[in-house]
Amino acid sequence: MVSHSLALPMICFTTLWALVGIVAPFFVPKGPNRGVVITSLILTAVCCWLFWLIAILAQANPLFGPQLKNETIWYLRYFWE
Amino acid sequence: MDSFFRSEEMCLVQLFFQTESAHNCIDELGHLGLVQFKDLHPGTADFQRRFVKEVKKCEEMERILRFLKKEVITSNILIPADFTTERISLPRDVLDLESSFDKLEQELKEINSNRDTLRQNFTQLTEINHLLHMTDDFFVEVESQMTISELPSEDSVYSSRRASYASTNGSLKLGFVAGVIKHERFPAFEKILWRLFHGNFVLRHAEIKPHQEENMEEVFVKKDVFVVFVQGDQVRGKIRKLCDGFHASMYPCPNNAAARKEMRTNVNMRMEDLRLVLKRTEEFRVTTLTAAAANLREWTAKVKKMKAIYYTLNLCNIDITQKLIIAEIWCPVSDLSSVHAALIKGSEQTGSSVTPIMNRIHTQQTPPTFNRTNVFTSGFQNIIDAYGVGDYQEINPAPYTMVTFPFLFAVMFGDCGHGLLMTLLAVWLILHEEHFRKLKNELVDMLVSGRYIILLMGIYSIYTGLIYNDCFSKSFNLFGSSWSVRHMFHPQGPWTNETLHNSDYLQLDPLVSGVYSGNPYPFGIDPMWNIALNKLLFLNSYKMKMSVIIGVVHMLFGVMLSLGNYINFKDVVLKFIPELVFMLSLFGYLTFLILYKWCVVIKSDSAPSILLLFINMMFFDYSSNGAMLYKTQKPVQIFLVVVAGVMVPWLLFAKPLLMYREHKQSKLVNHLIRIIKGTLLQQKYQNDKGEPLEKSKEKISMGDIFVYQGIHTIEYCLGCISNTASYLRLWALSLAHAELSEVLWKMVLQVALRVTSGMGSVLLAVTFATFAVLTVTILLVMEGLSAFLHALRLHWVEFQNKFYQGSGYKFSPLSFDKMLNMK
Repeated sequence: MVSHSLALPMICFTTLWALVGIVAPFFVPKGPNRGVVITSLILTAVCCWLFWLIAILAQANPLFGPQLKNETIWYLRYFWE
Repeated sequence: MDSFFRSEEMCLVQLFFQTESAHNCIDELGHLGLVQFKDLHPGTADFQRRFVKEVKKCEEMERILRFLKKEVITSNILIPADFTTERISLPRDVLDLESSFDKLEQELKEINSNRDTLRQNFTQLTEINHLLHMTDDFFVEVESQMTISELPSEDSVYSSRRASYASTNGSLKLGFVAGVIKHERFPAFEKILWRLFHGNFVLRHAEIKPHQEENMEEVFVKKDVFVVFVQGDQVRGKIRKLCDGFHASMYPCPNNAAARKEMRTNVNMRMEDLRLVLKRTEEFRVTTLTAAAANLREWTAKVKKMKAIYYTLNLCNIDITQKLIIAEIWCPVSDLSSVHAALIKGSEQTGSSVTPIMNRIHTQQTPPTFNRTNVFTSGFQNIIDAYGVGDYQEINPAPYTMVTFPFLFAVMFGDCGHGLLMTLLAVWLILHEEHFRKLKNELVDMLVSGRYIILLMGIYSIYTGLIYNDCFSKSFNLFGSSWSVRHMFHPQGPWTNETLHNSDYLQLDPLVSGVYSGNPYPFGIDPMWNIALNKLLFLNSYKMKMSVIIGVVHMLFGVMLSLGNYINFKDVVLKFIPELVFMLSLFGYLTFLILYKWCVVIKSDSAPSILLLFINMMFFDYSSNGAMLYKTQKPVQIFLVVVAGVMVPWLLFAKPLLMYREHKQSKLVNHLIRIIKGTLLQQKYQNDKGEPLEKSKEKISMGDIFVYQGIHTIEYCLGCISNTASYLRLWALSLAHAELSEVLWKMVLQVALRVTSGMGSVLLAVTFATFAVLTVTILLVMEGLSAFLHALRLHWVEFQNKFYQGSGYKFSPLSFDKMLNMK
């Protein structure tokens, strides 16, 4: 078991997708495709951030744990930790 | 630039140009590819139009070109790929082309018929040659038979196939008929000869074996040489008739050997001459065809353009007295200047001083829908148009589809290994696009047109694969798992080494301290779940809730987009607000419940099921098990359901009632106006215009409005529920994909990896080949197509029925590039 934090990934990934979705649109060069590129960036950022958020929230407070074979448990006990 | 979010603004323009410069102007416009000509004679049939003769001429020329092309291809002559196009082909060019085509066709036909005649002669000579060669043996045999039969010896054995020697009892001179017949027909021929002559004949036959270099025909027909020996002369007439019936060719064959030899030398000489002539004919034909092939593509392009120009001229109005042609075109407003420039260029080329006039007219007709696309966006626009072309200036779903479609595909496909393969395939298609287009295979063409879609699908699949932590059904452990086994043992947990030995499987308990680290795996699904036996229990719950959340967000996005389609504020209040509130209060609340339950810490046995909570909320049933997620849940839920219930009659009745009131008010106003007009104005003015003054002249039928609004309400409200459930296909397909992936690993590749003997390497090679083939066909092709289809359905139905009408017609400009590329 490795102790992670919840806050660090939250901040990291939220800033990452915020960069993609909020900051990057200002740097798109002017041209006929500007509107389309900005829309794509924003939509990508929203979709990917939402997907990541759902994955991390679903595991935040688990109601039950994984069921493992006894061989696996033995192996994990001595090799992973 | 607005044009991709909505269709472009179009205008109807009247063009006036002179008859002489018509061809050049239309040619220039065709090269520009930005105008659509409107049909000014919609009622007339094709053969009643002005330029129907010219169109027929062009079609005749196309026929000749097709004939030429066929001849060129059958002679295996290469058509050169690149050709220079002159820009203009004028009417007098048409006449020149026409005459040269006719001449070419005549020549070619003559050459072909000559060649066929020569070939036939050659075949005949060959047959005579074979005949003379083989009948030598027959004559010798039969002559020897005859001489032997005159000797009174009966103990000589005759090795003959036929026992029908009717001629043994006499030294009669036998007549004979020699010829060549097709091999299949020979048995029937023999049978009928038997019936005719009751066996009074001798028949000999042998198959012609061709020499290699004499095979001048494409198809070699098996033929037999035969000789029939009979008594008497009248029977030869009968045999001749029989031969005619069987299409057997008869040849005169001299009796004695010397004459035969002479004939053979004769025939050989003639054959030599004929061979030479044939070779020359062939060469001449090839030269003519090569000369024609050099110009073939250019001519085809020219004729196609001419035909298109005449079609277009058929659509215009011809004013013969003033030598003027009037055309009406649909054209994007932003391109008016380039159209004008093209027209000026066209009229300059004919040297006329009068420039064509463009006159923009305002009309009530709906213009066509035009979305300007580039190579990247055209694929997505095509899949939107496949459902329905948007109304004029309606919100275009294509720019949003560019991201959401590959994303929803990726949610269903979610495997980074397969995603990587798909991305590589897309990159290969993009880099070698020319090469693939040359193959001219329909399926490959479809793949190539969608290469950017496939690229995006692959990239997003890699991302969702990383989040699902699934790469060819294996997981990455990049950050270290959040679950710990050690803490389940003594002293912190209930397990001992004995529990481990006694039971096959054990379950980790998150309530024991230390087993779960308290914080989730930072990116994606914890790798511990990949090796867990109850993996599906967790993943199903996670993926179902994910599908509902993504579905509700997608649909809310669609409802927000419909805001862009409302022209006046009234519609916003009457339709948009009730729709939005209804969806938010029910399904937005469901999403809130899911997120709340995830964020809050609860004990497993007191956790209420979200589905049951939702169902009980709709039925106002709070008696059953009292377990609520949060304190004020009951009043909040009652409030939300009541609000949603109020939205339904708002959506159903508000707009029709308002329109009804307006209608009645306007009728009253018109009545008043008519009274005023009647008193102030004179009779004749009233007779001229007995119509009311309001702008819209349509009759509003109240029944229709109510029914339409009722249908819309029912569709929307029931649709909310069924569409949310429909998004569960995101869960279903990703589950299927993951399970298939795992089956391929466990039952195909793992079997070979576990073999420890020496032959294991060979087995592994074979098994890996099987694994690769199955992965590509089942997981990439089949699952890919399946996920593509379902993502498309989600867009076409669940997303677009919130805002998209899709009942427009597409802008189809006169464009020579598109026409020539479509071949």
